[in-house]
Amino acid sequence: MRIVIQGGRVLDPAHHLDTVADLFVADGKIASLGQAPAGFIADRTIDARHRIVCPGLIDLCARLREPGQEHKATIASETRAAVAGGIMTLVCPPDTDPPIDEPAVIEWIRRRAKAAGQVRVLTLGALTHRLRGERLAEMAALKEAGCVGVSDGGQPIGNSRVLRRALEYAATFDLTVFLTPFDPELSHGLAHEGQVATRMGLPGIPAAAENGRIARDLELVRDLGVRVHFGRLSSARSVELIARARAEGLPVSADVAIHHLHLTEMDLAGFDSRCHVRPPLRSLRDKDALRAGLVSGALSAICSDHQPHEPDAKQAPFGDTEPGISGLDTLLSLSLRLVRDSGLPLMTVIERLTCGPAQILGLDIGHLGIGATADVCVFDPDAETLLEPGALRSRGQNSPFIGWALPGRVTQTLLEGRVIYQCEG
Amino acid sequence: MSATHFQLDAQGRLLHFLTIEGLTRRHLTDILDTAESLHGVAERRVKKLPTLHGKTVINLFFEASTRTRTTFELAAKRLSADVLTLNIATSSAVKGESLLDTLRNIEAMQCDMFVVRHEQSGAAEFIARHVKPHIAVLNAGDGRHAHPTQAMLDVFTIRRHKPDFPNLQVAIVGDILHSRVARSLIHALSILGTGDIRVIAPRTLLPAQVENLGVRVFHHMQEGLRDVDVVVMLRLQRERMEGALLPSEQEFFQQYGLTEERLALAQPDAIVMHPGPINRGVEIDSRVADGPHSVILEQVTNGIAVRMAVMSITLGHHARPVGEDA
Repeated sequence: MRIVIQGGRVLDPAHHLDTVADLFVADGKIASLGQAPAGFIADRTIDARHRIVCPGLIDLCARLREPGQEHKATIASETRAAVAGGIMTLVCPPDTDPPIDEPAVIEWIRRRAKAAGQVRVLTLGALTHRLRGERLAEMAALKEAGCVGVSDGGQPIGNSRVLRRALEYAATFDLTVFLTPFDPELSHGLAHEGQVATRMGLPGIPAAAENGRIARDLELVRDLGVRVHFGRLSSARSVELIARARAEGLPVSADVAIHHLHLTEMDLAGFDSRCHVRPPLRSLRDKDALRAGLVSGALSAICSDHQPHEPDAKQAPFGDTEPGISGLDTLLSLSLRLVRDSGLPLMTVIERLTCGPAQILGLDIGHLGIGATADVCVFDPDAETLLEPGALRSRGQNSPFIGWALPGRVTQTLLEGRVIYQCEG
Repeated sequence: MSATHFQLDAQGRLLHFLTIEGLTRRHLTDILDTAESLHGVAERRVKKLPTLHGKTVINLFFEASTRTRTTFELAAKRLSADVLTLNIATSSAVKGESLLDTLRNIEAMQCDMFVVRHEQSGAAEFIARHVKPHIAVLNAGDGRHAHPTQAMLDVFTIRRHKPDFPNLQVAIVGDILHSRVARSLIHALSILGTGDIRVIAPRTLLPAQVENLGVRVFHHMQEGLRDVDVVVMLRLQRERMEGALLPSEQEFFQQYGLTEERLALAQPDAIVMHPGPINRGVEIDSRVADGPHSVILEQVTNGIAVRMAVMSITLGHHARPVGEDA
């Protein structure tokens, strides 16, 4: 299959490229930019005038709910949502049921993803057996089975001795460790500890629950030289800690969930359970610091932190609801909104959605260099859609962004050189 | 949309009574004046008014309560409503029925008002957002968030003794962190223009940035009680002792217990209040609780009139269900 994507504005952050040119795809790879390769005859032409052509998005944290919670969503349902959102690569944390702590689960997910035939589904293996934080998981076997890293799966390891050994063991096999930085004992609350939680009478989660954990973990990294990625930062102080550690040359990176770049504790007004997330939405100052961290490079990736829920999971008093936002559908458009409304550089934002996460994963994807895997997202940056209730393609309709005017509409997506999504109309 | 606006209709009248926060002085004085006019009913030979005749009030208690539940029941009965109390903590909720299902079922019994107590902050508002529009929802306590009728009966009691709010100094003592009573009372006192609102507690029992609610923070009783006109003691739940919030009941009483000696620091005619039930010897000495400054039992009596007022005001503003005669 040979495809030419014609006349689009090609944005390839990995090569600092921002130019209007034709992009040629052949045999699943990027064949050329600008000039057609000798003898290139396109089987298909995509008109990309007034559109942006960028690498397919990479989402470092998406829960597809399978295996174990198929009443919320499935690999098939969620990968369909991803592809329409321009996301070509999804990383699943290991807190499935059963957890991804043995090769069979990785193999099972791979087969389900292949059957769904939509996007690239990658897995993180568990750091500890059953994610219980007691005994190490068989990380070498997990790596052989194809996991792209190992993780605590959103359930931090309580015992520091176990954590230290898990880090060392992971490093033995050159695995990047994905940690969710919060102190469980300081995180029994429901909302950011501050003015809003005080008024609403919601138990608070102090920022120190996150910062303190990161500070401790950074010392372990300093000791051991292990590659660690911190997922879903929420506080200004965390950004500072990561920025300093990176400046010192520690092998660490961090990401932020897209909703933390748009929402704050103020959005809990009316006890809106759609804004019940972990880590909690924090102050305006934290949100601004996260945005600044994205621009400065302290934060290397934006992820959806996708957590689809069935309606019942959110239909209860705030504290009885399950945390999480369905985020795959809106990852790109909310990122573009950062550019449009808050003046963040488009190139930087696209970088944090493509080659930023690719580098964390250590994979040769997320760029449009000649010979690269042709994962491509074509979108119309000027289209604006009002997000209507029920409009999400994800099975989880739990989004606080319903009713928002969102810029950008994905028109085509290519996975390994095949058009797997084409917007109707 | 916040609860503040949600509980009001387009004309700014109360449809539900979910929280004090965001109400106007007019709302509060209306309730207080109505309660004052209803206060005499209990002294009559026939303790009944026909205001809610033919209305059905359901008390939905997802959390145990004696005082609040009983006074709501009495208030509804004195207004001639039919009243049913459901203690859901011990019925369907444990069988796994969701709150919405419980609501739908009770709604199907054609009632006009829900009085709700629930352990989760925001539960009353959640219920108000999900019931049919002709049903009024009164919050009888939601988590740590609000207990607006308690706050109204507290300010009602204060007003009967000391009506000059701008020149009033009020100290609220004890477990502010977990207290919906404190939150609602602070809002009510602020709205009424109270000159000086103080909270007195160790830092472990104060929520973050509590001063933003418009209070002055004290950690020592001796300083905090000086010259106050009103002392509101909060209940210290015994189970809080397990959470590493306090070392012991003894130490709490030594530091924050209200004794006659400490009360002497306040104004000579200071009144002592407590939302009950009181822990004698934990937050308050028996001699103070039963002493001449105490208005604790008056609060209970006043609770009925205040709840009658809130019930008649909210139901009065509700559109009738379709098909009902004018």
